[in-house]
Amino acid sequence: MSETGIGKSVRRKEDQRFITGKGRYTDDINRPGQTHAYFLRSPHAHARINSIDLTAAKAAPGVVEIFTGADIERDGLGGLICGWTVHSKDGSPMKQGAHPILALDTVRYVGDHVAMIIAETYLAAKSAAELIDVDYEVLDASPSVATAQEAGAPQVHPEAPNNTSFDWELGNKAETEAALKAAAHVITLDLTNNRLIPNAMEPRAAIGDFDSGTGEYTLWTTSQNPHVARLVLSAFVGVAPEHKLRVIAPDVGGGFGSKIFIYAEETACAWASAKIKRPIKWVADRSEAFLSDAHGRDHVSHAELALAADGTFLGLRVKTKANLGAYLSTFSASVPTYLYGTLLSGQYNFPAVYVEVDGIFTHTAPVDAYRGAGRPEATYLVERILEIAAREIGMDPVELRRKNFIRTFPHQTPVIMNYDIGDYDAALDKALDLVDYAGFPARKAEARARGKRRGIGFSSYIEACGLAPSAAVGSLGAGVGLWESAEVQVAPTGKVEVFTGSHSHGQGHETTFAQLVCERLGVPFDDVEIIHGDTGRVQFGMGTYGSRSGAVGMSAISQALDKIEAKAKKIAAHLMEAAVEDIQLKDSVFTIAGTDKTLPWAELSLAAYTAHGFPRGEIEPGLKENAFYDPLNFTFPSGCHICEVEIDPETGTTKIANFVAVDDFGIIINPMIVEGQVHGGIAQGIGQALLEGCHYDETGQLITGSFMDYCMPRADDMPSFKLGFTKTDCPSNPMGMKGCGEAGAIASPPAVINAVTDALGIREIEMPATPARIWAALAANPIAAD
Amino acid sequence: MSVVSMTVNGKPVTGEVEGRTLLVDFLRNNLSLTGTHVGCDTSQCGACVVHMDGKAVKSCTTLALQAEGASVTTIEGLAKDGELHPVQKAFKENHGLQCGFCTPGMIMTAVDMIERMPNLDEKTVRAELEGNICRCTGYHNIVKSVLAAADEMQR
Amino acid sequence: MYAFEYHRAKNVADASAQLADNEENKILAGGQTLIPTLKQRLAMPAALIDIGAIAELNFIRAEGDAITIGAATRHADVAASADVRKHNPALAHLAGEIGDPAVRHRGTIGGSLANNDPAADYPAAALALDAKIKTNKRLIEADVFFKGMFETALEEDEIITEITFPHPKRAAYVKFPNPASRYAMVGVFVAEGPAGIRVAVTGAGTDGVFRVSEMEEALKKNWNPDAVASIKVPADNILSDLHGAADYRAHLITVMAKRAIAATL
Repeated sequence: MSETGIGKSVRRKEDQRFITGKGRYTDDINRPGQTHAYFLRSPHAHARINSIDLTAAKAAPGVVEIFTGADIERDGLGGLICGWTVHSKDGSPMKQGAHPILALDTVRYVGDHVAMIIAETYLAAKSAAELIDVDYEVLDASPSVATAQEAGAPQVHPEAPNNTSFDWELGNKAETEAALKAAAHVITLDLTNNRLIPNAMEPRAAIGDFDSGTGEYTLWTTSQNPHVARLVLSAFVGVAPEHKLRVIAPDVGGGFGSKIFIYAEETACAWASAKIKRPIKWVADRSEAFLSDAHGRDHVSHAELALAADGTFLGLRVKTKANLGAYLSTFSASVPTYLYGTLLSGQYNFPAVYVEVDGIFTHTAPVDAYRGAGRPEATYLVERILEIAAREIGMDPVELRRKNFIRTFPHQTPVIMNYDIGDYDAALDKALDLVDYAGFPARKAEARARGKRRGIGFSSYIEACGLAPSAAVGSLGAGVGLWESAEVQVAPTGKVEVFTGSHSHGQGHETTFAQLVCERLGVPFDDVEIIHGDTGRVQFGMGTYGSRSGAVGMSAISQALDKIEAKAKKIAAHLMEAAVEDIQLKDSVFTIAGTDKTLPWAELSLAAYTAHGFPRGEIEPGLKENAFYDPLNFTFPSGCHICEVEIDPETGTTKIANFVAVDDFGIIINPMIVEGQVHGGIAQGIGQALLEGCHYDETGQLITGSFMDYCMPRADDMPSFKLGFTKTDCPSNPMGMKGCGEAGAIASPPAVINAVTDALGIREIEMPATPARIWAALAANPIAAD
Repeated sequence: MSVVSMTVNGKPVTGEVEGRTLLVDFLRNNLSLTGTHVGCDTSQCGACVVHMDGKAVKSCTTLALQAEGASVTTIEGLAKDGELHPVQKAFKENHGLQCGFCTPGMIMTAVDMIERMPNLDEKTVRAELEGNICRCTGYHNIVKSVLAAADEMQR
Repeated sequence: MYAFEYHRAKNVADASAQLADNEENKILAGGQTLIPTLKQRLAMPAALIDIGAIAELNFIRAEGDAITIGAATRHADVAASADVRKHNPALAHLAGEIGDPAVRHRGTIGGSLANNDPAADYPAAALALDAKIKTNKRLIEADVFFKGMFETALEEDEIITEITFPHPKRAAYVKFPNPASRYAMVGVFVAEGPAGIRVAVTGAGTDGVFRVSEMEEALKKNWNPDAVASIKVPADNILSDLHGAADYRAHLITVMAKRAIAATL
């Protein structure tokens, strides 16, 4: 089965339905008797709701029912929760206000949910919404993380004074201070990690369908983790008992983190369908997605890097203000803390690191994980300040990196992480080779002759993924364990069904997971089916995010396959009258070592179910096993990305002239799919660096509320990418895998900005480095402009 | 309500629509052709691209009644007699899709592009994809797919 | 969208009559701007009168020293027209860069001019080329047609039927697209034609398309990029937003003008 096994670029099983228009996304599903919901949203960033008059709207044509926060409160439902509790320096837990599904007396961001209008058609619901008379008392807002902590700033939640949810720290403060004092060079940097809007191409959607006969709720929703949604909706919000709630995430059109979270709209659809005893469908239009999907990033940081005279890193001190938005979303507190501060050691030998993070409420949409989640922010900071240090102390940035690389493993950083394995030189060497570093000065000169500025930028990144050891995250405040589960069921005809708690929304699990089964059992690729995304079919699961589906999800499948293989061999031994230790399985045929006796897979499978003559008490009928895999450690993908840009100084336009990415993901199952993940991640990173930025004005209105103003990367913004791979097998999971989903988005922004600043001969430029910003930077710096 | 008639994927169809009913809604809701998607509300993303009288158009920016009498082809009508169109094949072969949501629009745009333009090169393909947004692939493999399909179709 | 009625006009006379029927009626041509506007509920017409399928409005004719284009002619057809490419390649180039391919298959020249979006491309061509805009009532010179952002000389019941562009001796259009929307942030059309030398700018003006007389004068003396390179357009009446402050847009006008001149050489 080598053609469909591990390491082969097997073409994807799922493509057939997508390329023929037969994908089945939530909006493609319709239920008999279905109604349509529209959510009336707050037009104000901060306002008190004095009253809501529904009279005219309820009388509008086609309206079935309208609910407000009072109805939900009356029904005793809880609010939405944050599943990770971060503690402040004084040991107190993070502070937060209630997060109602529909607003009660106050709205806290533009797009906050005020009322749910249910009608026979979507257009009727939307029209009726215009007839709702809300008496708002508009209040001043704190939309910016830069000013939200100032005295007198408008407060988001009375429970969180100074709009501060937590002031968190990590690392060794005294040692870092000492390092800064003793250093030959101290490089300081103020930098902003720009706020982004995820914009998966499929807008969020949900269908709630209550069966009054069985009392069972079914919720179709655009989720990356349907079991987590079920758990939260049952245990915390109280929509339905867990065993009476089935959550189905069918084909999902991209997530990038934004579909991890449990949102108000899907919650309301499930709840309200029982109230009106009819199915309710809600589909966001893009404008709503801009307002109400959880956004990403949004940090303002001050960093100080201490170096010895020869460039050796002595310490790094960081103070970050992280925007949480108006409410704590499902995992928001973990992102600017344990997914950020723990990566500030980068690929480097730091004796001391100290980071403080203030988690700050603002009158903006909630901020939570977006592709990379915390790790892009850490990488951007480390790789930017390193590059500036190299320029300011007069070292080649490549040499400064080499000087400080970690080379022995395992390596304990000052910020929790224990790197299990890596080879940072190998990736850097390969990337330098692919980019032709030696030829760069000639390319720069040639560009200059054409009136263009060419620059080169590096990013040697590390990330922590394969989230995550349950005990570790539990000790850090997670309300969940981050294992994964799998069940392998062999049918009597030998066909194999794998039920996984991972969820594919573009990652190609139906293909890669099947490759693992082919590799292990030798069965034909077409005889394997991967089932995911339905709590009614899959036992349990933690879902897909944090590049965990390979390292954790496939490890669970691997463990279940171990059990299948063990049991199958036991049955084979019985059938073939041999000792179990003599049974071998190869290419779907069982053999006995040293004999020519064979037993095909399908025969054994059938025998497992006929169970004729199985020795009672020794072999149970059936061939179905499950496993829960809890990782030993995070995994640590690493690598080196190099970007070359060419800037038109007249217009400020940046063209990516060359982009090289070398990554170490450990064992790779399907190179074609892994490369695709890297491409997409890089594009999102280049988008962050050059194109994308979410802007609220001073009153909290979202200025970038559509694709007209929020600059999405398009085909002509991107180059073709040059990829390379190095490999150190991950020792922390049975697959040897590290994870590849986020690396591109983590690594690329500093590579781009380092290249832009190199090209312009300037120290800093804010992301996104738009033509206007670059032109302004050149105008302000005539020497660079020359 | 008005009655609209057109040919969709080679079959005559008739339905009742409002003046404001978009072509995409007619296809998805009246005809259950859910392969055509809606990814934005400002005519930018191209997930809704279909062919109308042989030309790529955004079905979210076309009224159903504007298509009266027209011949419309959607992603569901691209394969003939069970045989995938070369562009469909090329997207699969070159991993030109991930989540699949933008894919129908991408493929319909690519077919139109290849039929209109001989000798496509990478720069032209990227420029011609201006009206189609993908968030997954970074466009790398989409461009590769289109070029491969063009090669195949113009051979 | 709010509800509206839809009528497909049989001919211009029919469209005129239906438009006059109710002042809340609106003309629908390609719909590439109107339909998104309706989707945002920014307009509430009683009925849309569709002129997109009127054959008499869909033509490109090269006659004498000019090209005349029917109002309902699609951008893609203008871009691909052998006549336009031969006699007015700058206009073909402009049409081929409006929106994206799918938009160009639907959007019309008449719709673009009638809407007079400050970031639309065609107004720059019309003004620089001294186009004559014919309606169901009269002939309007481009110079007096554009009245400011989204405003034209068109009366409530007036419909553009065709536009005549005199062949220029030389002309070019270069634009700097808004990185997000891809509409023109600054588009400069330079032309030397029967009406003399003209430089028209779209995308940047707070009152829509405008001419830069200082550049025109300089080009009369010397048709060369250097002639305009040092001419700075004042930032006073220039749009300013997230994507570009007025001073940046003003600067881009000079750069785009230079590049447009260079493209004619």
